[in-house]
Amino acid sequence: MSQQLLDILKSTFGDAVLETHSQHGDDTAVVAASRWAEIARFLRNDPRCDMDLFVDLCAVDYPRREPRFEVVLHIYSIGKKHRLRLKTRVGDQDGDGAELDTITSIWEGANWLERETYDMMGIVFRGHPDLRRILLYSEFVGHPLRKDYPADRTQPLVPYREGYEKVAPFGPNEGMSFGRQTHRTGKFE
Amino acid sequence: MEPLDLELDESELELPTEPMMLNVGPSHPAMHGTVRIVMELSGENILKADVQVGYLHRGFEKMCERGTWTQVFPYVDRCNYVSPMLNNVGFALAVEKMLGITVPERCQYYRVILGELARISDHLTCNGAMAMELGAFTPFLWMIKAREMVWDIMEEETGARLTHSFGRVGGMAKPPSDHFKDMVRATVPRILAIIAESEALLLRNRIFMDRLQGVGIISAKDALSLGWTGPCLRSTGVAYDIRKAHPYLVYDRFDFDVPVGTVGDNWDRFLVRLEEIRQSARIIQQAVEQMPDDGPINVEDPRIILPPKDEVYTTIEGTIQHFKIVMEGIKVPAGEAYSYIEAGNGELGFYLVSDGSGTPYRVRIRPPSFLITAGLERMIVGAMIPDVVPTFGSLNMIGGECDH
Repeated sequence: MSQQLLDILKSTFGDAVLETHSQHGDDTAVVAASRWAEIARFLRNDPRCDMDLFVDLCAVDYPRREPRFEVVLHIYSIGKKHRLRLKTRVGDQDGDGAELDTITSIWEGANWLERETYDMMGIVFRGHPDLRRILLYSEFVGHPLRKDYPADRTQPLVPYREGYEKVAPFGPNEGMSFGRQTHRTGKFE
Repeated sequence: MEPLDLELDESELELPTEPMMLNVGPSHPAMHGTVRIVMELSGENILKADVQVGYLHRGFEKMCERGTWTQVFPYVDRCNYVSPMLNNVGFALAVEKMLGITVPERCQYYRVILGELARISDHLTCNGAMAMELGAFTPFLWMIKAREMVWDIMEEETGARLTHSFGRVGGMAKPPSDHFKDMVRATVPRILAIIAESEALLLRNRIFMDRLQGVGIISAKDALSLGWTGPCLRSTGVAYDIRKAHPYLVYDRFDFDVPVGTVGDNWDRFLVRLEEIRQSARIIQQAVEQMPDDGPINVEDPRIILPPKDEVYTTIEGTIQHFKIVMEGIKVPAGEAYSYIEAGNGELGFYLVSDGSGTPYRVRIRPPSFLITAGLERMIVGAMIPDVVPTFGSLNMIGGECDH
């Protein structure tokens, strides 16, 4: 069933699908990082794929490889009952240049998981509406799930914060009283 | 005398209303677990909300990369401390998928029964806490009493009430005790009686209904896009239950229904959980009847399962085997696998990467709570402050799981 999915991907995107395998029965496609969002959108919208359930997004660090990080997306189709693992590779040996297009506009659930991946692995998602750290605090130094982050590292002391942080992301009406707001409020309209 | 009411339209004065910032949590009685919600209010209406998690982050995934595969079990216990058995089973199944082994039938039934008991305890906690936060303390105490019965069985079987660490790769830590079936047979009807009693207090209670019905509505499309699974997704009408859609263990042998909601509000989530307790009880009753009384509980593979203690102490082969498994860990072939089960809150997935050694290269947990909590913000924006408490309660966020 899902083998067809890999065939559809290969026939539609050709060279952009770098490799495929079905180890342990999990259909996997590795795609070019430059076409990540495009392929994800295709999988969501194409009626043959119809991957409507966003399952998981994470990254794996292989420090000796180039590109260094593997970003792994799991998606599922409720109607078609098939599952796919989509992977791509980004970043150089120093962990720089690990950038990828966001898929938050395709699946809303990607919002928090991209933030988590950024937090833990330092992968930057271009176009993400609110790329802040999520599990760790903003003053944290480094990205703990990278293999070169030592498990015994101590973090610097953070001075006591005064006052509130603003509710991010800061909208166009930030700080304006209601009477003078020119834009509609609320993030999801 | 001047009139007291000003003509607003003609006046050039602007009413000096400023958005008010309200901070709830991270340590607040209604925010079970530790989560912080910063809200911008106009009167009692929420204009903006920022849900901040991570206060319970303990570096689960990093810790897993520093021990053997078996040493992960205590950590997964602590990820969901309301139904730890399901997490144990989930992780064991994931490693077994990589090893390409299937546990004996008796163990599969054992896992199903323990897992369904854990699910009952999970749903009882969620529904009980939700009722309590809305002022109904009695149902909470009753449901916790029922949960206590589940935990008594767990304690009898595993030796621990809460963090069992009972799963093993290729089986369970111990075979079922002699009176396991009798205990389950005796307890399940008592739990169901308590549920019936507690729901009689709630389901026709006007205050309770008003605070749940029509509050925190989410559509099926949004829920799917957010990655919701489990009772929260089913409350929107999508009948996606992994036990039915992709049966694992022996779930395909049981006759049970998947309850779904219609509206996707808090009321539906409450009812779906109540009904799932009954369905779990049905599964348990069938599993107890079908479960073989004897037979092996662990796979017979000396590379995976520790040898019996008398062999360890008397034979050199046993000693070496024991030493290798404890010190080097189970050797999992290199590769990657994603294994998923239906946990209390939805799809609990483990994405494992192995480099062929006894230590995991990467353990990625896909916690259902994390994705569900991500949807909280959109549900409370536009609602009022009192709606936050039942909405948050109905999502059943488990801090340990959400924050890894």
